[in-house]
Amino acid sequence: MHPAPSVILFSTLSGMGFGLLAWLGIAQPAVFGTTAFGYYFLAYALAVGGLLASTFHLGNAKNAIKAFSQWKTSWLSREAWISVLALIVMGLYASGEIFLNTSYVLLGYLGAALSLTTVFTTSMIYAQLKTVPRWNHPTTTLLFLLYAVSGGALLSGHATLAAVLLLLTGAVQLFSWGMADGRFAARGSTIETATGLGFMGKVRQFEPPHTGTNYLLHEMVYVVGRKHARTLRVLAIVAGSIVPALLIATWRTSLVVLALAAVVHLLGLLAQRWLFFAEAEHVVGLYYDKR
Amino acid sequence: MTELPQSTERSLGLVIDLDTCVGCHACVISCKGWNTENYGVPLSDIDAYGGDPHGTFLNRVHAYEVQPRDGGPAQTVHFPKSCLHCEDAPCVTVCPTGASYKRVEDGIVLVNEDACMGCGLCAWACPYGARELDQLAGVMKKCTLCVDRIYNENLPEEDRIPSCVRTCPAGARHFGDLSDPESDVSKLVAERGGMDLMPEQGTRPVNKYLPPRPRDREDTIDILAPFLDPVIEEPTGFLGWLDKALGAVSGANTDKKGAS
Repeated sequence: MHPAPSVILFSTLSGMGFGLLAWLGIAQPAVFGTTAFGYYFLAYALAVGGLLASTFHLGNAKNAIKAFSQWKTSWLSREAWISVLALIVMGLYASGEIFLNTSYVLLGYLGAALSLTTVFTTSMIYAQLKTVPRWNHPTTTLLFLLYAVSGGALLSGHATLAAVLLLLTGAVQLFSWGMADGRFAARGSTIETATGLGFMGKVRQFEPPHTGTNYLLHEMVYVVGRKHARTLRVLAIVAGSIVPALLIATWRTSLVVLALAAVVHLLGLLAQRWLFFAEAEHVVGLYYDKR
Repeated sequence: MTELPQSTERSLGLVIDLDTCVGCHACVISCKGWNTENYGVPLSDIDAYGGDPHGTFLNRVHAYEVQPRDGGPAQTVHFPKSCLHCEDAPCVTVCPTGASYKRVEDGIVLVNEDACMGCGLCAWACPYGARELDQLAGVMKKCTLCVDRIYNENLPEEDRIPSCVRTCPAGARHFGDLSDPESDVSKLVAERGGMDLMPEQGTRPVNKYLPPRPRDREDTIDILAPFLDPVIEEPTGFLGWLDKALGAVSGANTDKKGAS
């Protein structure tokens, strides 16, 4: 799948933003006044910034408002609803903490639940696709949630907890890569099932249907740069989990180290998300004899 | 709404004969022509006369080579591919805006371009590559089964079939109601063992593909072949002398003697 920068930025930034909102919603930490403003500003900048970035990959953004209409069947539509609800509820909760020095506990818990549900719906957009076997698995959802929760823990300054969650996320990521690598083959789609010609023998492409490229190849048969996958996996684990975990576990009170850890984590997360797309093979590639 | 209908009154679709298709791409061109001038926005081309031309097509003809497992000559199969108008169309249910839908009256899967926001998720959900986002208009394009031809009473009756079917010079494309077991297309599918593409994806395509018939297998290429063997194995007369003389110079004769 084509690793579009807009979608990578959307899913990483909004994931961290909603993760932070979830922690703030359960009053971890309980913040008030200007401190609260700072936390919520960061969380909303990430969450809303990410959502805005996602609109850049739309071909016809003027119809984006219609994305609220199909919540009965479409995960993308559900994501639109839940994300807006989460932002509204957390906005009310934040107003209480910033302006009234009051925590509306139930509202906070509701907002936290909606924030994590937003991340869940985002993950389901990918995990629902049978056409991309690498994504079509509950570990996709688990990882999206873990990245959001651990990134949120890091941003909200939970030193020990964040370190543990970051390492746990890294471990699940490694385990998930191991599982996902063989999934395309395990699902059994081949050029033979794609063409129905397997009963005759071994099929290979003789001629592509067009000499140039097309939308399908650009969007779904992304094969460039996969040779760096190993390096990027190492980067995703080291920068995404190990280094930030060590940084915050060692210098637990320093704000500078916390910021540094967050930036390093985001770098690793970007590598992870790039791989998430670049390594995902769509079954349509079988028709072109390439994945 | 992007909920799929429980059932459709008819299941209009195509039956494509892989035995007959000659790979001429006439269906591709007629499809592009009709659908650029009619339903929805035109099918655009990018850099059409430049070094990297590409564009939107609703129908594309692949070509595959099949190598029999027991050896024997490989076979080329031309393979037209367009939307299969699946019963369980995953492209429809993922659509967030309600632009994609499957019609109850005839089962055709369509895109309402006025509602499409161009997110491309439906193209991701389709295993067959049947949907292409138009790069100029930014909306999703797909086969309409020529919905603007098949019911069009302004056209002569023989033209009220999809453009690709009308134009196919080999008669490899057939159009009809696949939910009616008595229709010509259903009979053809039953007779020739019509098959689904990627059945493991669970999409239940309406369009069927008729497999290529087995080719004749003979041990001898042709019964006349023996008569085409060279009559004289070794040259005689002047040519024989020349052969020997030249062979002596180059040393080839010694080789020949050694070999014999």
